[in-house]
Amino acid sequence: MASCKYAWPPVGHRGLIGQSISRIDGPAKSSGRAKYTYDVKLPGMLYGACLRSAYAHAKITAVDTSAAAKMPGVKGIRVIQGVGKEIQWAGDEIVEVAATTEQAAQDAVRAIKVEYQQLPFFVNEANLQKDQAASRTKPASELKVGDPDKAFAEDGVVIHEGHYGVPVITHCCLEAHGHATEWTGPKNLRTHSSTQGVSALPMQFAEALNIPSANVEVICQYMGGGFGSKFQMDRWGQYTALLAKDTGKPVKYLLERAAEQEVAGCRPSGFARVKVAARKDGTLTAWESECWGTGGPGPSGILPIPYVLDIPNRIRRHTFVSTNIGPSRAWRAPNHPQSCLLTMAPLDDLAAKLNMDPLELLMKNAHLAPENLGKVYREELQKAAELAEWSKLWHPRGEKTSGHLKRGLGVSFHTWGGRGHVSNCLFSIEPDGSVVAELGSQDLGTGTRTVIAVVAADTLGLPVGAVTVKIGDSRYPYDGPSGGSTTVGGVSASTRRAAVDARDSLFAAVAPALGVPADQLVAVGGTIQAKNDPTKRLSWKQACAKLGGRKIQTTGKNPGECMLGSSGVGGVTAADVSVDVETGLVRINRMVAVQDCGLIIDMKTAKSQCYGALIMGIGYSLFEEKIMDNITGRMLNPNMEFYKLCSLPDIGELVVHMMTGPGYDERGVIGLGEPPVISPGAAISNAVANAIGVRVPTLPITPEKVLAALAKGGVA
Amino acid sequence: MKTKRGQGPEKGTGNVSRRDFLRGAGVAVSGTLLVGESMAEPAEASGQARGPGEVPVTLRINGEARQLDLEPRVTLLDALRDRLGITGAKKVCDRATCGACTVLLDDEPVYACTVLAIEAEGHNVTTIEHFSKGGQLHPVMKAFVDHDAQQCGFCTPGFVMASIAFLKNHPNPSLEEVEKGLGGNLCRCGTYHGIRLAVLEAAKTMTAQDEGGSIHG
Repeated sequence: MASCKYAWPPVGHRGLIGQSISRIDGPAKSSGRAKYTYDVKLPGMLYGACLRSAYAHAKITAVDTSAAAKMPGVKGIRVIQGVGKEIQWAGDEIVEVAATTEQAAQDAVRAIKVEYQQLPFFVNEANLQKDQAASRTKPASELKVGDPDKAFAEDGVVIHEGHYGVPVITHCCLEAHGHATEWTGPKNLRTHSSTQGVSALPMQFAEALNIPSANVEVICQYMGGGFGSKFQMDRWGQYTALLAKDTGKPVKYLLERAAEQEVAGCRPSGFARVKVAARKDGTLTAWESECWGTGGPGPSGILPIPYVLDIPNRIRRHTFVSTNIGPSRAWRAPNHPQSCLLTMAPLDDLAAKLNMDPLELLMKNAHLAPENLGKVYREELQKAAELAEWSKLWHPRGEKTSGHLKRGLGVSFHTWGGRGHVSNCLFSIEPDGSVVAELGSQDLGTGTRTVIAVVAADTLGLPVGAVTVKIGDSRYPYDGPSGGSTTVGGVSASTRRAAVDARDSLFAAVAPALGVPADQLVAVGGTIQAKNDPTKRLSWKQACAKLGGRKIQTTGKNPGECMLGSSGVGGVTAADVSVDVETGLVRINRMVAVQDCGLIIDMKTAKSQCYGALIMGIGYSLFEEKIMDNITGRMLNPNMEFYKLCSLPDIGELVVHMMTGPGYDERGVIGLGEPPVISPGAAISNAVANAIGVRVPTLPITPEKVLAALAKGGVA
Repeated sequence: MKTKRGQGPEKGTGNVSRRDFLRGAGVAVSGTLLVGESMAEPAEASGQARGPGEVPVTLRINGEARQLDLEPRVTLLDALRDRLGITGAKKVCDRATCGACTVLLDDEPVYACTVLAIEAEGHNVTTIEHFSKGGQLHPVMKAFVDHDAQQCGFCTPGFVMASIAFLKNHPNPSLEEVEKGLGGNLCRCGTYHGIRLAVLEAAKTMTAQDEGGSIHG
């Protein structure tokens, strides 16, 4: 690794990499100056609004927009789905309008008359027998390894059987999905879009609008949350652009909150009946699961259970359930949080049946994890146990002390890939000393801008503020969409390669003046100096002045030469909760995240990903659910008072520990956005079971479910 | 109205709760959510109905008088954002749940999505833009940067405004007071850990800088 010129600097030679550095766009965000798509106001801009289906399944029999067209301020109307179209979910787009104000646009929507022929719908999938009775199921896959039947029949094995589940939740991005589009020529579109894929979106608009994709410019300097739901132009993007074309004016349309909740976010559910066996010493021997879930009308992902642990004899069957709840979208670590709970909760119940500490059960079976993860998990479990005070606070299932507050601990582990995506960095050192990195990437709030600046500045021996990072515009070189925790690995590697090449060009330019061979120069502390004689030096500005008026420009790519990143991280989450057995209320005392992600570029924003993931994890464990109404077929909580997110008093103490140093750093940069959000559900569910002595089988763990589980008694 | 988990009964006169947010506004709201709340009705008091078409409105925003023609149904938030291009306050839930639109009305925090622009007439409206005039970050903003109390940043201006108002009444808050006092704002990325630290630190900085001084410092 050290022999390769692009390799990351070794410990002791890192100026900035691995330090805690404040995000470079922090002041713009905290002062309210950062401009999001929602903030864009273009000259003469019209506002969009959308009429959406009131029914979950219906055929459109009439659409009358004539009254709306005559209303003051209305400039454009487009029927998206007209007579004869069959609607598959409530909230689906039917007509979009553009008007001079948001209020006028909404008035126009109310004046549109649509008639429907209502059709039978199905919106709740938690009961597989009912799903089957409604002919809504489709067997998706069966995977068998070893001989589960024989392993379950083995003498003396302890078997646990249970039912578990994770419902559909929604993304609830604070900035709704949407775009502000304007035509800059007959076949030239510029769109401000709240997107996770600045470089990918032009192709989508181009195809939908029949224009060359080189003619589409996508801009997204700041975006208010995506979590996997903002990779698509979406139909409303296409029609917003068409309305801009029709009216000759820019049109902005971001979804109303109800629509955002109802149609723009949906994480597929996962339910399972699980049977799992271990020998009396805790050695896992067999697994059987019947799993189902819905991602709306189409198929959702197949949940990879048992999660992480390759139990030697195992069989899993997965069934898709088709529903009229709206289409699913990738949600931070697709399939993993569900799979994690559907595995780690039964294992925890099995440990209770074995009279074993679940931490010990996981330690004992960690070797069943692929590749080197077993070692990572054992190290992380140990660290998590220490930070959660496991040996002091853990007790066998069911806290026996009197009083209505019962405290419990739970633990879980998870994995994720996170290899860097395709990235191109155009890098410039100007004769006046300015440094610019340009990438068609985007910063979702993960710290992408900051990571690029840190890598460039570290490579050139400059402070972070000396680097100008230009991202968020499709005119910059192509970069991958931000999904799968692939961005940090991609942009850090392309920027490193570009910056090393640029630095080496600068060395060559100043070598004669310093009388030192270029390969004997280093860039450190804002100077270019001889490696072995710091008195032979030029300040950064003096050095750049030697460029003779020509700028250095390089391009760095990922993938590319030298191993700068890899994939496959491990992480552990421990939860410490108190449950009020009179009210059923679960309170978080403490959450511990121990996470590996290879070489960390910026410790501060890396930790923020973990803190945020713990908080989001508490949210989906205790509060969040897309609640569908069997009578109307609609989402009952398409808002933010009844679709509950965590608030400040809900989170307890949060402890984050990043695994760094030997054994971790040399794997290079690996993505982090997704992994730490995977385990909290299982860890919290296990902690509740440890506290009250019974399993609350499904998330979210609401007071009602806690009381029901207590009333039922027994395990799962 | 939603009762938020963890928000107990209000303690003391200065505690900022959702109820106070709305009471502080002293205004009626456009939706149906708050039926039953007792609110002042400036238009009724003067005995004249306004609208339904556009009416002239003068708003005093960040110390500057701004004249607009607005339909009476336009919220303060829409007036700020769509008519005046003052976009720090964000529209998220659009019904007084999340706090992303928090501005100050006569120094009291309100949800601008649930205040009509015409009802803000005669009051001083202060938005986040006021607190970084001249490019200098307010100590709360600086603490948010230092503690990375922001990810996507969409909820951040609302949190900063709520924090500034909260610290005015709680110059030396406990952690529990911070959690309760800011429990009326919501974040999706999960920045609450940084926010707790930032607000506690800003309290120290501000106390050191200006004992009991104006929040407009």
